Amino acid sequence: MCLAIPMKVIRINGREAVAEVGGVEYRANLTILPDVKVGDYIIVHAGFAIEKLDETAALETLQIWQDIADFDREKQQRKRD
Amino acid sequence: MTGKNSSGKEISVLKYIDEYRNPELVKAIITEIDREFSTETIQLMEVCGGHTITIYRYGIHKLLPTNLHLISGPGCPVCVTGVQYIDQAIAIARQENVIIASFGDMIRVPGSSSSLQKEKGAGADIRVCYSPMDAVRIAEKNPEKEVVFLGIGFETTAPTVAAAVESAFEHKIENFSVLSAHKTMPQAMKALLDSGDVDLQGFICPGHVSAITGTHIYDFIARDYHIPCVVSGFEPVDMLQTILMILRQINSNRADVENQYSRSVRESGNPKALELMWEIFEEADAEWRGLGIIPGSGLNIREKYHDFDAKIKFSVDVPPARECAGCICRDIMRGVKVPTDCKLFKIVCNPQDPKGSCMVSSEGTCATWFKYVENELNP
Ligand code: SF4
Repeated sequence: MCLAIPMKVIRINGREAVAEVGGVEYRANLTILPDVKVGDYIIVHAGFAIEKLDETAALETLQIWQDIADFDREKQQRKRD
Repeated sequence: MTGKNSSGKEISVLKYIDEYRNPELVKAIITEIDREFSTETIQLMEVCGGHTITIYRYGIHKLLPTNLHLISGPGCPVCVTGVQYIDQAIAIARQENVIIASFGDMIRVPGSSSSLQKEKGAGADIRVCYSPMDAVRIAEKNPEKEVVFLGIGFETTAPTVAAAVESAFEHKIENFSVLSAHKTMPQAMKALLDSGDVDLQGFICPGHVSAITGTHIYDFIARDYHIPCVVSGFEPVDMLQTILMILRQINSNRADVENQYSRSVRESGNPKALELMWEIFEEADAEWRGLGIIPGSGLNIREKYHDFDAKIKFSVDVPPARECAGCICRDIMRGVKVPTDCKLFKIVCNPQDPKGSCMVSSEGTCATWFKYVENELNP
């Protein structure tokens, strides 16, 4: 029932957005999330946009682990050298 | 959308999806989990069926220390819906001039003696909807018929059904109604803890329920039961980071509500959705498969909108429900048994011919095990 993947809003027609992921388009009703703009990433559940993705938060989470992974790789590299 | 990998080859990039499945990051978190984990057995419950899918699809359970157990909870909406509700829906479907509109999975759930799918085969008008708004549109197009939407699901779905009721109310579409079996999550988590059936050291809290409700609904669990609660996203990196956050709380003897899924979940949730949900619904007792009647865990349609309440429009008195003999969905829902404990699992129960609700929904524990873990457990 829940498409747990963020989709990018490509069009808005009144109370409805058209969002895309992996080349597939979905319609999303905006009644409970009116403040959506083209270019936003949204989570769609049962045909409704329920929340907007906070891109800063998304990147922060990833960055922390990217740094740790990079550090681990460098450590491995140093061991090998 | 496309991008280029390090060797310049075109690859498809699903933004905020692929990154959260990056094996390098997964490895980094696993290393941290191993570092934090002491040998004592720890049991965590993933409440949401979406999380169950992530765990088994990506084999997260196999990456964890052997004494760290993940238990599936009552968070699959189709699975927790009582057999009696299905029987009521069937009773309505058999009446003259009725169209039943429903999310797809519900149609295949066995009732006491039939299913909506069988009724459809016998001539009942049953339609699958992607959104509750589809049901309102069907009502608009068929003014001579009564359209009944099967309203199931948690706080994520209830506002979408509320929006449909509001729209029908506004546009005076009086042949639309909802048979509500909506449920709310925190009361079920409390009932599980109070039953004493499972020993839990942490909750992996549902992501999209929390996107609506905000994170404070779990405060009482952390405070009164001293159990860490972490709201989680649905990708492997999310699940593993959540598990690590819970371990760190346990190791420092903390029990807090934390939010791993901050990219989609705000502390205060979605106020517009909550407002609409409480405009249409009010708290009620609800029956959960496996957990029985849990006080205050359901949503009934308020008096103002009674014209859109199928329980009031139709007579839905049905004989006491009967479940398939041998099906242990009830115990699976409470986290005390696993699908392979069921004698019917795979032998007579499978996704094509499900005997219980846990095998119907793709979020159901039996369906997930059938798809991802059956072979390794039954070589
Ligand atoms: S395998 Fe089928 S019969 Fe057994 S508990 Fe699961 S759904 Fe019920």
